[in-house]
Amino acid sequence: MNFFRELMQKPWLDAGGETDPAPGNDIAVVPKATLGLRIIMLVATVLFSLFIISYSDRMVFSDWKAMPEPWLLWPNTLMLVFGSAALHWATVSARRGRADDARIGLLTGGGFSLAFLFGQVLVWQELIGLGYFAASNAANAFFYVLTALHGLHVLGGLFALGRALVKMYRGTALEDMRQSIDLCAIYWHFLFVVWLVLFGLLLFT
Amino acid sequence: MADITPTTTDQIPAAEVEDVELYHAKSWWTKYVFSQDAKVIAIQYSSTAIAIGLVGLMMSWLMRLQLGFPESFAFIDATDYYQFITMHGMIMVIYLLTALFLGGFGNYLIPLMVGARDMVFPYVNMLSFWVYLAAVGILVASMFVPGGPTGAGWTLYPPQAILPGTPGADPGAGGGIILMLISLALFIIGFTMGGLNYVVTVLQARTRGMTLMRLPLTIWGIFVATILALLAFPALFVGAVMMTLDRILGTSFFMPTIIQAGEQLSYGGGSPILFQHLFWFFGHPEVYIVALPAFGIVSDLLSVHARRHIFGYRMMVWAIVIIGALSFIVWAHHMYVSGMNPWFGFFFATTTLIIAVPTALKVYNWTLTLWRANINLTLPMLFALAFIVTFVNGGITGLFLGNVVVDVPLSDTMFVVAHFHMVMGVAPILVVFGAIYHWYPLMTGRMLDETMGQIHFWITFIGAYAIFLPIHYLGLLGVPRRYFEMGETSFIPASAHDLNAFITVVALLVGAAQMLFLFNIMWSMRHGKVAEKNPWKAASLEWQASGMPPGHGNFGAELPVVYRWAYDYGVPGAPDDFIPQNTPSSGAAASGQEAHQT
Repeated sequence: MNFFRELMQKPWLDAGGETDPAPGNDIAVVPKATLGLRIIMLVATVLFSLFIISYSDRMVFSDWKAMPEPWLLWPNTLMLVFGSAALHWATVSARRGRADDARIGLLTGGGFSLAFLFGQVLVWQELIGLGYFAASNAANAFFYVLTALHGLHVLGGLFALGRALVKMYRGTALEDMRQSIDLCAIYWHFLFVVWLVLFGLLLFT
Repeated sequence: MADITPTTTDQIPAAEVEDVELYHAKSWWTKYVFSQDAKVIAIQYSSTAIAIGLVGLMMSWLMRLQLGFPESFAFIDATDYYQFITMHGMIMVIYLLTALFLGGFGNYLIPLMVGARDMVFPYVNMLSFWVYLAAVGILVASMFVPGGPTGAGWTLYPPQAILPGTPGADPGAGGGIILMLISLALFIIGFTMGGLNYVVTVLQARTRGMTLMRLPLTIWGIFVATILALLAFPALFVGAVMMTLDRILGTSFFMPTIIQAGEQLSYGGGSPILFQHLFWFFGHPEVYIVALPAFGIVSDLLSVHARRHIFGYRMMVWAIVIIGALSFIVWAHHMYVSGMNPWFGFFFATTTLIIAVPTALKVYNWTLTLWRANINLTLPMLFALAFIVTFVNGGITGLFLGNVVVDVPLSDTMFVVAHFHMVMGVAPILVVFGAIYHWYPLMTGRMLDETMGQIHFWITFIGAYAIFLPIHYLGLLGVPRRYFEMGETSFIPASAHDLNAFITVVALLVGAAQMLFLFNIMWSMRHGKVAEKNPWKAASLEWQASGMPPGHGNFGAELPVVYRWAYDYGVPGAPDDFIPQNTPSSGAAASGQEAHQT
């Protein structure tokens, strides 16, 4: 990797008047916003991982009672799949210069994500109706915390997606929007993978 | 004499990294209050951190008054004492040191030292400060709610942190602990916004020629510390969220079955140890989040003020990276007394000793930088030297405490208090002072007053030792920490009480010296000697900026181009014995310089 190769340089020897072509060549080709998003996803991954480790640590105690998984979680997962696919379509459309399709992709992706959030609220309602309160058992509490945290990340993504849509409707050129659309799609795929991990955890434990 | 004038043969490649699009403030509000300029944000961060740090300092005075002269002050009771302990620790570690090193120095120095016009995401950078300010505001608000702030100790261990009987958690007056947890969560969100900027700016916004291995060590320290913080703070966030829910909703993430006053509480099955793991998974890297920027800054201070290139630059960079990585696998040495599998303890004792190797390497390199150097005992240099001595002292007692068999008897004594104050309190603060004396001319265009600075240094340095060396001794006598008062405790001799009184008097004196320092900062802004351009004759880029203080956009029409590292000091033939990073040179100068360095 370039990073480790750079760490081998001897800067006290290369002060002969020549500059290197550009700092951090390999890294510089990644747009700043993309690198920023990668760091956000890394931090979010650490956050969810720590919750999962805490979950696995807590579930070994004798008072742990696994929750039932409402069937609604399956269609909710499907909503997230559709949302991710719609944003992928938006990315492809933007690359091919089809502004209208890209806009529809963003709108549809946002719509499916809202449907996902609405579905998650319904799941909460159903579980609370059945008496699965957060304080009743640690398994319940983890379910609410993990789904809420994931939902908040989706909401954050919707905020960014909303800003991109507003810019598009205000007439920003598709060329200038391509990166924003790409970043939305990457983030949605990430959130989908996180949800799959969380859903799998809830399903199999 | 070597020729170091620019030549036409110097190769200056075209910029491959585009210049940033600067945000230009349109009003007074957006220029000075809701500013997106990293330099203004740095000053906002620093002012807020120092202001809340003063609150923490005053709390330490109150604690010392109680310890030095027990039963003399009616306005300090046991509840107040525990609240002072808690808030002092939390404020100093997180809201002062972390915010000052990363939010303050990070914001001011990163763009200037890497040759950028600003941070890469200025709007997010601005938000970072305002979220931090909100976190500080909530922390302060917790001091005014019924029951006052939490008194759970800065580690906020459950179950006691959220149970009645602990200050700030009593029924009807339990806002303190909730506000503390909310404030911490906000701090982490704010920091993540800032940290994102620091990392991407270092990686993506360096000017032409500024390779990673030409970065000043200050930037390496801040860069790696930021990565640590981005990865470690989530653990505190997870702990804070779950503890808030335990308190508000009655969940049992951390709360075991508890019988209080003969009645079983609704909690059950939770794991307090889980919180300890989460806390220290954050807490130990936090030591290096503060220490690594200090390491970097002190390296630069030594090199500039000793007119000598830093010894073993490459090893210094590697040591920073290795210490950062190792800091994630030593956390449980804070938990020996919580009980653990002996092999687990063995593992963490071993990793703790291993981390001493790259740390010691840095100390050797600092010492060798000074070997036969042209040491100028300027104020920044005095503070840098004081740091090395103090860090070695604090580090050595860390080796004691890193071993299980030594830690267990010493863990609950004042020895631990002395250790972490030396290594994590006094040492980094000495670097903060040195850095302020060094970069104040850049920030204001004026020098800090030398006489006031000398008084400040000697009282702080000698005073810190007069405070903390005796505290080590008290710890070895067995004086426990966290005690409001000793009373008639047979194994503690009367001399220990006299020592406590002495420590308190010195602590108040050292505190007064800090007031002199603050006065110096404010007085010199208007009356200080006007600083000449680059008064310390430093080679790094921040001194080549457009002015003192640097204007909006940091540099002139063109960004500087970097031709060398930041440590070309004592170069034969070079005017003023140094070559700035942005000075090209002919082959003659280079060979002269290489001959000098070998």
